[in-house]
This record gives sequence, C-alpha cells and structure tokens, in this order.
Amino acid sequence: MVIKISNLKIALPKGRLLDKTSTLLREAGWELDGYDSKSRFYHIKSGKFPRLGAKVFHEKDIPIQVAVGNYDLGICGLDWIEELLAGYPSSALVKISALGYAGGSLYMVACPETASATQATPGPDRLVSIVSEYPNLSESFALQRRFSRFSVFPVWGGAEVYPPENADLALVRAASEAEIYGYGMVPVSKVLEYGAFLIANRHSWESKNLGKIVSSICDHCAGLSDKENDASPAGEKITVSCLPASPAENIVRLALPDGHQQQPVVELLGRAGISVADYPSASGNRRPLIDIDGVAVKVIRPQDMPVQVANGNFDIAITGRDWLTEHLNQFPSSPVRELIDLGFGRVRIVAVVSQAMPADDTAGLRRLCAERETPLRVASEYVNVADKFARDNHLGHYRIVPTWGATEAFLPEDADLLIENTQTGQTIAEHNLKIIETLFESTACLIGNAGIKPGTRKGKKVASIVATLQKAVVDIN
Amino acid sequence: MRIQRCKGTRDLSPDEMNRFRHIEETFRDSCLGWGFREVRTPTIEYLHLFTSAGTLTPSMLGKVYSFLDWDGWSGERVVLRPDGTIPIARMYIDSLAEKGLARLFYVANTFIFEETGKKTRERWQCGTELIGLGSPLADAHLVLLALETLQKLGLGGVRLRLSHAGLIKELLASLDLSSEEQSRVFDQVLDGNSQVLTGMESKRPELENILLPLLNLKGRSSGFLKNLRALSSPGLPGLVPYLDDFIKIVDILEDLGCKYQVDIASGAGFEYYTGVIFQFYVGKEKIGGGGRYDDLIPAMGGGDVPASGFALYVDRLLGLLGTEFDSLSQVPRIMVRAESDDVIKAAFTAAGRLRRAGYVAELDLGAGKSADLRWTLLVRNADRPFLLTDKVKSAEIEVPTVEEVLKTIRES
Repeated sequence: MVIKISNLKIALPKGRLLDKTSTLLREAGWELDGYDSKSRFYHIKSGKFPRLGAKVFHEKDIPIQVAVGNYDLGICGLDWIEELLAGYPSSALVKISALGYAGGSLYMVACPETASATQATPGPDRLVSIVSEYPNLSESFALQRRFSRFSVFPVWGGAEVYPPENADLALVRAASEAEIYGYGMVPVSKVLEYGAFLIANRHSWESKNLGKIVSSICDHCAGLSDKENDASPAGEKITVSCLPASPAENIVRLALPDGHQQQPVVELLGRAGISVADYPSASGNRRPLIDIDGVAVKVIRPQDMPVQVANGNFDIAITGRDWLTEHLNQFPSSPVRELIDLGFGRVRIVAVVSQAMPADDTAGLRRLCAERETPLRVASEYVNVADKFARDNHLGHYRIVPTWGATEAFLPEDADLLIENTQTGQTIAEHNLKIIETLFESTACLIGNAGIKPGTRKGKKVASIVATLQKAVVDIN
Repeated sequence: MRIQRCKGTRDLSPDEMNRFRHIEETFRDSCLGWGFREVRTPTIEYLHLFTSAGTLTPSMLGKVYSFLDWDGWSGERVVLRPDGTIPIARMYIDSLAEKGLARLFYVANTFIFEETGKKTRERWQCGTELIGLGSPLADAHLVLLALETLQKLGLGGVRLRLSHAGLIKELLASLDLSSEEQSRVFDQVLDGNSQVLTGMESKRPELENILLPLLNLKGRSSGFLKNLRALSSPGLPGLVPYLDDFIKIVDILEDLGCKYQVDIASGAGFEYYTGVIFQFYVGKEKIGGGGRYDDLIPAMGGGDVPASGFALYVDRLLGLLGTEFDSLSQVPRIMVRAESDDVIKAAFTAAGRLRRAGYVAELDLGAGKSADLRWTLLVRNADRPFLLTDKVKSAEIEVPTVEEVLKTIRES
C-alpha cells in the first residue's frame, strides 16, 4: 500500500543498529531501497511512503540532525540522545518511543586496584580523569558525584583500555557487567540503560502529522526485543593484567593505531626489526607485547593520540598528520611534535562543496558567503581544522557541524561545505561533489612530546626508538 | 544578513549606563564610608574553583559557561565566573589572608546559562565580603550596609527576609534522611524551591509539632525565634545553637530599627552558606541577598576563616530606579564651533579652558544641526575672537576673552 504524506524526512542509523532497524522497517512494509550494510548510498526511498526522504547517518549524528530540524524523525540509541541532552538540555528533541532492540548499558568503569579510590568522592586535591566517547554524560557524572577536580577526555573509541595508567575512569558501553569484568575492569556505577529509540524534532512533533510513520514503526518493533531474539552475548573474555597505576618513570609508553593503519604499521615495525605480538589482534586485545624492554604498548584510536601525548599519558604514538594538525589547531601551544614522517597512509585534507554551488575556489566561496542570508554550515570530523579554515578565509557567519564519518552524505541538504580527507577523490566525485581547495597533505607520522628531557633514561630510549624507525623509513624510500 | 545581539544578553544604552553608574557610585560611596576596599578578580577562572565540594550546587554547575582554553589539553576546563563570592575567597587565600580581617567590595558580572534566553545570562552585581570575622554583629552590620545603599538609591518598600542555613541543615539531619537525600533537599531549597521543605514533615510524625511551626509560620520579631527555641529544645536540641545565633542577629537588627520577616523555608542562596541568609525584596522582585559562609574558605584550603557577604543585583535595580538619573549631569554644556579651519586650534584651546572650569564643552564637528544646547561659542579670528549665543535669552554677545565667556555664563 502506498501512503501519501507530505515531505517528511527521517534519519536512519548505520553501524550497530542498521540490521535490526532494517528488519523492523522491512516488516513494517516500508520497501526501502538500499538500506543495508552493503549499500554505499545515503539517500534511500520508501515504496510505502514515496514522499518520505530517508537518509543514513552515523548513529551519533542523528540526535543532532533531528534537534536542529534537518530531520523530522530519527532512530538512534538512547545513549547518544542523552549525551546530546546532557550538553544541550534545551535541544528541540522529543523522545517518542523505545524500540526494544540493541539494548545495553553505559557503565563508569575503573581498574580493580583503583576502583575503591574513585568510588567515594575524591578529596579536593585529587584530579580525576575520565575518558569516554560520551564527554557530556561523563561531565554530568563528575558534577553529580561532586568531584572537585576532574578532566574529561573525549575519545573516539577504545575508552576501556585507558585505565588505570592513562585515566582513572572510563564511561563505556557494555551489554552486561560480565563484559566489563571480561576485560579486566570493574563497574563503578551504571550510568544509563539504552536501546534503539525513535525521536522527533520538537517543532515537527507539534506541527506536522507524523502519526502514520510513527505508528508503522511502533506497531512492528515488539518482535525485535533483545530478550526474545537473542540473549545478550556473554562478554568475550580478554584477560588483561592491569599495570600499576603510576607507571615507572622510565617506561616508554607507545600508542599504536587501531583500524586500517595497522597493516602498514606492522610492516614498518618489521623493517625496523621490532615485533609486536598479537597486533593486529583478532580478539580485540589492546595491550599487545612489544619485544623491547621498558616499552609498554597500547592500541588506541589515532584521533585520540595527540592529546594523550600532550598530557604525557603516552610518550610516542603513530597517528596521522591530520589528527596532529587538528590537535594543534585546538591547542596551539601543545608540546606535541611530529618526529618522523612515516610516508604511508597518504590523504589530502580538502574543502568540498556540492557541484551545484557556484564557487570553484575558496575566494568564490567567500564571495558567496558575503551575500548569504543564512550561516554557512561546515561539516567535518576535523572540527578545529574546519573552524580555522573558515576563520582564516573570512567565511562570515558560519557554523561548524561535527560529524563522525561519512561526512560526504551531509551535502547538499545538511551542510554547505565539508572539510574531508580523500585518497583519490573518487568518493567525492561519486557523490556529485567538488574539491575547491586542498588544505594540506597528511601521512602517518610518529609524534612525541617536546617536554621529554633528552638526557634522561627515558629520553635516550625514545631517541633510540626514533632512530630505529627513522632508519626503517629511510631504507624504504 | 542581520547582525544580532547574542541570545540572553543585553545592551545598556547611554541612559541606562547613567543609571548603572549611579547605582555603582552609590554602592561604592557606602562601602568606602564603612571602611571597605574595592577589588577586582578576573572574568575567567578554573572550573575546579567552583566544583570543589560545597561551593555551588550541581544544578548551577550544569549551567556555567565552561570551555577548554587554548592551552587546555589537560582536559581541565575554565569558566566565565558564575559567582562573585568564590573568586573573592580565592583572592583572599592567594594574597590577603595574612592581613587577617578583610573588608572587600566589588562590582562584577557573572555568567549563568538561562534556558529561555529571555532573562539575561550575564548579570551584574555589587558585592561585599567581610572575611575573617564570625559574629552576629558582623552579619547585622552587612545587612545595615546593604539597607543604607538601597535607601540612598531612593528605593521605597525594601523588605528584608531572613532564614538560616545552619538551621535548615540541622533540621534535615534530624529527619533520618540519607546524606545524599539531605544534600539533595538542601540544594533544592537553595535553588529557590521552598515547597520541598514543607512537604517533608510527615517523615517523623513525632516531630510534626516542631516542624510545622518552624517551616510554615513566618515571624516578625526575635520573640518568634525565641518561641521556636522553646519548642525545639526538648525534641530537637541540635537546633538550639543555630536558633541562638539567629536570635542574636535578629536582636541587633531589631535594636537598630530594622523591619524584617523570618521565613525559614525560604533559604534561596548558595550551597556554601552556613549561617544566616538574608534576602532583599522590592515587591516580588529579589534585588539582593547574602549570608554567612564559614565553611567556604576552609573547603578551599584557606584555613579556618569565617566570612559573610552580600550582593545587590544591578540588573534588577536598573529596572526599579526612576528615569531621573537618565538625563545628563546638571553641569552647563557649551557647543564650541570654529568659524574656519584657521581657528581650529583656538577653538580647542577655548574648549579646554571651559572644561577646566567645570563645564562640558562639545566641539561642533560639522554634523549639521547642532545639539539642543543653551550656549554656543563661535570662535573667530583675532579681531573679534568670540561670539557667545544664549538660546534661552535669544542673545548674541561679542566677548573678547575666554575669561569673559566664563564670567558671562556664570552670571547668567
């Protein structure tokens, strides 16, 4: 049955919610064309609601997109909704209904050795550090617990690997407490239970008839409940031994990247004669062993490395120049330096607009901005690079829209300008977009902290690792 | 594109600034006269100054303007000052503690997010802190200083409402609540929700005959507190020391002829309050408040130093003050005009001479229609130097020297 509704828009999740959301909407008879994990397209059509515009986003972007009014409805996890509301309580969001699937909890976790110390309210001189993908919820937690001094490190992932050496607490997702014990942590507090949720923009909810869509979703979600379909899987057992909370002065802490840079990193280390056991790890081990005495390795997101090196949580790290630049744009006086250009993972960081935009370069864009009535929406994973670009180029009244990947989907409806990385430019061309400027080139690089004293034992050890890697890089070029 | 003022902020026009300065000057005059000295602290402070236990409630901390500074890679945030007192306490600990007693005052803006954007998010206050002394006389003396300032501002119908934070805390402690619940209720009272206390009565029915009058009745004399004291001492002896402190303050105020209302459930204020809480109202509008905060400086690591203070809310006072302060000062204003470019220097010299004599001399910058001033001085060449026009008398007077000009104006 084809149902006529006037132009409504819904934001649908990719990632962990995609399969079940896709099943739900198939059972609801939406006849969505191309909403599956293989699809590379972001705009999808519904056979049942031909005038409904659906677009696929990273789950984390959905509450923001609905709150700002780009979408009338959205489906995403309650965790991201509460994260937005913790930071921006007056967001124009209406929570309509829990959909009963993809449930889990957010736990504040700590290492067993330090858990008891952080459970009580710490004393006035104690700086408590919290890492999380949920910085706003972490800050609310710290305020509610009346921590007198705390710092929150937003991370892109892998928060559970930071305590105890690199943070006191981590706010993480888990299906159960068993999962937390599974990776060697203990839960300090359950902060939130979440699951897939249907949300609406407040203005849309008050003024438009969303009833047919909402009931079509809510009528079909009962069968998807986690309890009936799949018991929450037992947490995968990864045994890790927690290192002492204050690592020995002389241990060099090295951060290696997760994700797609792992293979070239392994090759580089191999050429340098360094071997790291269980990296990349099939079981998700983030503490592989390296065959150099006095060096401890953790595997974290490249995005999170510069700020960790700045704080002395790590001494050296392999990341990308894009993320180093992002960090230095946010904190110009940071002590983090590029030590070696490793040469691989080459991308360009580019400014991208829709083909339809009558601007071929940044000067043209600036002229357009001067005439615009509405602010220029700049979407980027690199919030501070994007902000500096807009500032330096006098793009007038602009707004930065932070994104979590797949940024090209934002143009042209939900953003006007992207600051993106690209290898070949192919994806950009496929989406009918054009590059108007290359900001800089990025390759993988070794970064370090300028504050490490060269004469100390640690400084010497860092210098020797740098020299070894330098030689391996020179050898290949 | 329209350029807009930021949501939740306000501009002050020249007229409003006149009123603003009048409030500020009146407040400064009072404070200086009572031996207080002015200080100023930075607009930006570390967030942890305000998160330290017992300084601001979590609900207030959820509304502060905090951000990572350009060197904030450690993740510690800075804030736009959300409160006037805590920075003064920090400054006292930093650099004034060795002098002992400090009588300080300040005029400062504070920043708290207000959701609707209809009320201002930047608020100005005139504040006074008396650090290093913990006595009923010190508290009463602050109330009198505040009342004197408000009276000098010509505000009629100022009402004083008194409560006592120590009394409320002790009361909550007696109700068998968990310590978490106690601080939650206390925070709600301080955030202005007086209903929460009056709803608590039933938890310990045997105390109802004490709690009901304590929380529901309002009194206008120290006799009221003495009655409460008589009522409490058998069932809730813990309240007695706080009632005694309260009674002493009220006795002094009464002796000095202050009118007040005791309303224990209306404790709105800051979590760091430990003793008397006083609030000033005109009609339904709260125009200021203060209280004793003996635990603040100890909690900040500054040692066992008692303190109390108050603040008057400039934004509210601006709305209450009449427009009589809007007009410019009563000093005569003179428009000075150079007849030609050759005599510009002479015009500046003449204007300077007029200003030194205490007049306002505006230079005619050729903007066309001259302002509506009584006097205009036309500066010409050396032969016939000055022509003074008096609009009131419709007279034009040839004057040879500036001294003569001054004399003419003075004598008119």
